[in-house]
Amino acid sequence: MKSLPITIDSVSKAYGSYVALDDVSLDIQAGEFLTLLGPSGSGKTTLLMALAGFVRPDSGKLLLGDRDITRLAPNKRDIGIVFQNYALFPHMNVLANVAYPLALRKTPRAEARQRALATLARVKLDGLAERNVAALSGGQRQRVALARAIVFEPRVMLMDEPLSALDKNLRETMQYEIRRLHDDLGITTIYVTHDQREALIMSDRIAVMNSGRIQQIDTPQRIYDRPSTRFVAEFMGEANIVAPGSVRRIDGAEASGETLMIRAESFHLDAKLAGADAVALEGTLRAKAFRGENWLLTLALDGGQEVLVCIPAALAGGCAELAAGQRMTAYAPAAKVHAIPGATA
Amino acid sequence: MTVTVDPALLADARRERRFFLSLSLPALFIVGLAAILPILWIIRQSFLTTGGEYTIGNYAKVLSSGLTWSALATTLELSLGTLAICILLGTPLALALASARPRVANLLMAFVMLPLWTAILVRTYGWLVLLRRDGLINAALTGSGLTAEHLPLVYNFTGTLIGMVHYMLPLFLLPVYAAMRDIDPNLVRASASMGATLGQVIRTVIMPLSAGGIFSGSVIVLIYSIGFFITPAVLGGGKVNPLSTRIERALSTFQDWGSASVLGILLLVLMALIGVMLLAARRLLAQNAVAASHA
Repeated sequence: MKSLPITIDSVSKAYGSYVALDDVSLDIQAGEFLTLLGPSGSGKTTLLMALAGFVRPDSGKLLLGDRDITRLAPNKRDIGIVFQNYALFPHMNVLANVAYPLALRKTPRAEARQRALATLARVKLDGLAERNVAALSGGQRQRVALARAIVFEPRVMLMDEPLSALDKNLRETMQYEIRRLHDDLGITTIYVTHDQREALIMSDRIAVMNSGRIQQIDTPQRIYDRPSTRFVAEFMGEANIVAPGSVRRIDGAEASGETLMIRAESFHLDAKLAGADAVALEGTLRAKAFRGENWLLTLALDGGQEVLVCIPAALAGGCAELAAGQRMTAYAPAAKVHAIPGATA
Repeated sequence: MTVTVDPALLADARRERRFFLSLSLPALFIVGLAAILPILWIIRQSFLTTGGEYTIGNYAKVLSSGLTWSALATTLELSLGTLAICILLGTPLALALASARPRVANLLMAFVMLPLWTAILVRTYGWLVLLRRDGLINAALTGSGLTAEHLPLVYNFTGTLIGMVHYMLPLFLLPVYAAMRDIDPNLVRASASMGATLGQVIRTVIMPLSAGGIFSGSVIVLIYSIGFFITPAVLGGGKVNPLSTRIERALSTFQDWGSASVLGILLLVLMALIGVMLLAARRLLAQNAVAASHA
């Protein structure tokens, strides 16, 4: 299957005074798995719907390969879409749903049936072809929606929060399966989610969106470790944004940078674990919570700012005995301290 | 595992169910009084002579009369004609309303509903003003030279059909519009994203999913049409005589309660037949829905 790159060139869309997309530009490579990540109202779904052809941009261009699709009707774009609520046809059984795009293309019945069955096998739904869609579980519906979106071999696939209705365990299974399917097919995929873990697990690159703008586009690791804005830092996990003044380097040198970000799980309570090149934060324990795989401690620095410290349960021998009000020091390796350009704590 | 039920809790559950059932009693009473009793009375009347003796002569008289059968034919022609026009006009209109923005849809809906808020007699005479030989429409047509002669628009089958469609269209539209409005817009989007043209979206998604609404609308139109009286009486000009006007004539002109009752029972049987046929049709449609949608 030949997949295509996508170019989003200065696309804007406003609804009255509300700007849903603010001059968004983005290049997605052929065969890439790119996730649009952001809170609700960040414009990620609007961007996806613009690519699908259901939202008409106010300005800008959308290209599929080198073809301008900005004004192309949705049914001519050759894009497979998986909707948040699956959008399965309730009046058709599983097989008819999956064969639907082939039937629209006047594929001979026997061939359509055979291809639909093969695609159902690919998403591990063999044997459910004649089932009514109402009789399926959430995970099975999700698989039917996937099968229906890939059966006609589109060159691009769009997924709008496809796993948000599933429970946690199933969601994690489906994350790996969708990724595996993508790798097998090599199809350019744009995936929308508000779940940062999901984005980290699944993506080649993540585009973090907020208020209609792309904040940062990068690999999951760089987005997590090297956020370029405070918003990205805080959206991607438990981030502590501190002024250099609150941080003491244990070798005595001054901490530098305008604003520093230290992830909660970068901290150690044992100075030795943080290594020789490390920073220390001193404060009073305000609260502690056991979260299964780790402890979350809330530390009030002397300036009043609160810092979240996350200690893996395996290393947190003494955490259960800690008492609120106790003085303590948290250490983080200097390599884990990231200076955010232009941000203030 | 068996659970022993506490009899006191069971009694509570029973009392609750009985209370909610008892709420339907006033309605059941009215229906019994206003519908069932008169029907039983009509059935009895149909077997009585004017002198009050039992007979089957009323049936023999009515069923052997050619007038009855032509009235039956007229009733069916009017009802099915009205239904056909309602489906042809109402289905696209419902689709337009369902896909319009909410504010526009509400405004259009108000226009559609306007006839329902007007007394039927007023509306029917309103059509007379429009459709008459010297009425507005004929005046405009001949005045502008579009037609040389006056068109026979009223006091005939055409006029009656126009009046009936005007009355029935909103009744047909409501359930169809409700069904179409309830279709998940993502289904339409999904269909289009997989390559469906607008025609294919309508044929493979919208129509199958609003079939229930079209069915309900059709039932309502047929039930109202079969016994419709005022419109044929006014706009038919005495030339359009369905069963309803025959019943009225049997009563007011001939005081023939026996014949009128037989005609009334004929109407009832007709409604029951149509109801059974529609139900059978619906069952058949439901069975074929999955198979047909695959085509």
